[in-house]
Amino acid sequence: MTALELRNIRKSYGEELVISDFNLTLERHQVKVLIGASGSGKSTLLRCINLLEEIDDGQILLDGEDISAVDVNADKVRASIGSVFQAFNLFPHLTVLENITLAPRLVHGTEKGQAEFDAMELLERFGLSEKALQYPDLLSGGQQQRVAILRAIICKPKLLLLDEVTSALDPVLIAEVLSLISELKGDGMTMLIATHEMGFAKKVADEVLFLKNGQVLEAGTPLQMLEDPQHLALKNFLFALEQAGRL
Amino acid sequence: MTYQPSQLRLQREAARQKASRRSTTIALLSTFAVGAVVVLVVTGAKGFQLVRQSFFSWHYAVHSFPSVLSGIWLNLRVMIIAEIFVLIFGLLLALARTSKSPVLYPARLFATIYTDIFRGLPLLLVLLLVGFGIPGLQISWIPNSAVLLGTLSLILTYSAYVAEVIRAGIEAVNPAQRMAARALGLTQRQTQQRVVLPQALRKVTPPLLNDLVSLQKDSGLISVLGAIDAIRAAGIETAQSFNFTPYLVAGAIFVAMTIPLTRFTDWLTRKQDKARQQQGRW
Repeated sequence: MTALELRNIRKSYGEELVISDFNLTLERHQVKVLIGASGSGKSTLLRCINLLEEIDDGQILLDGEDISAVDVNADKVRASIGSVFQAFNLFPHLTVLENITLAPRLVHGTEKGQAEFDAMELLERFGLSEKALQYPDLLSGGQQQRVAILRAIICKPKLLLLDEVTSALDPVLIAEVLSLISELKGDGMTMLIATHEMGFAKKVADEVLFLKNGQVLEAGTPLQMLEDPQHLALKNFLFALEQAGRL
Repeated sequence: MTYQPSQLRLQREAARQKASRRSTTIALLSTFAVGAVVVLVVTGAKGFQLVRQSFFSWHYAVHSFPSVLSGIWLNLRVMIIAEIFVLIFGLLLALARTSKSPVLYPARLFATIYTDIFRGLPLLLVLLLVGFGIPGLQISWIPNSAVLLGTLSLILTYSAYVAEVIRAGIEAVNPAQRMAARALGLTQRQTQQRVVLPQALRKVTPPLLNDLVSLQKDSGLISVLGAIDAIRAAGIETAQSFNFTPYLVAGAIFVAMTIPLTRFTDWLTRKQDKARQQQGRW
């Protein structure tokens, strides 16, 4: 069963073509990882999928439904896709618990008690229940990002989009966040992940796609990509990661 | 082990204490010098005795106090009612100006023109236009009470100021907050209400309170329409005695009334600053 299908996506900002002829199929429970230098179009692609950006051409199908159609209810679509960002973007005026229960209550009409029960269950499972009543500012970066992920998955989205969620964290905190994502993979969450963490990609990705100038230059299993990269651009990218100690 | 301040820390604290003693001494000396100059200049002025009699007469202060005080009761009611309406209208104007929906285009246009006009018009002019212009129309069902029309003028003018303050707060909220809320599936309106506005209002509470302090003292201007508030009461007393002390009495009461709100504003600003910046020497 196909969860997400991108057909010939094109996106440009004015003159600048950011994504062109982009195709991708993501089966349910599959995890695909997008790699590539900054500006290769990873973040734009993710923002196009949850309709925060409008594509100029092509089709996006979520569970077979064309969500790029003109008459689609974008709020409804976004409610069924979880998104996590590099900068966490937790709401600073709300407690951790309120952050997580905001969407269930406002968007999905879950009753307050039930929403809080669900949220506490998640927080407990990932060792964050003590933080439930605290404000995000008091949490470490790793804790904030884990809360942001829980906020994105509490409504059981059909798809989870992770946009460089560890790029603002130090190695210890990165490990916390990555182990949470690995657990989500164990749960069978369908995920599309933009990241620079190749080691992590090796662990969770069913397929890795290397993006350059808004196109897939090379795709394959993590092992193929790491051991036998075909294109010079990918070799250079992997070399740069290695130099930075991130391989 | 108990806490032992390091040698460097002790030296630094001693140096700081010395510096602080020195600045206190300088502050005292300069205050005294400035104060002495002011006293000498004022008391040495040719008309000092005359001014003292007509502005600072204890006799007239005591005499006018009861009527000025009963006038202040009117000011108090006017300021409270005006503050409530100003906050509501200011918020609505700010929301209209920051809305993006095409349906609200007329509202946006209205809010923009409104704030442009009422921020620019002197309050006194608004008071005269509303206070004398509206009754001049002679429409029977519109009340022509000076108090009511004066309060209306205050609301009209101050809503424009408050709207701009709130708008600044809305625009100061990080756009990523809005994006995160929309990504969760919240509608435009839910995002505005639950995510953007609460953060915006928190950011602008000090300047907002500042506008309210200003509104409080400007409530005295309704006296130009003939409403018998504290200023007007003082004016009546003055007209009987040709002594200006009653105005000063009214002024003192106004200051006394605005001080609590001013102090509260200062306290809140300090608290926010403290929360924002960690310790350090900068």
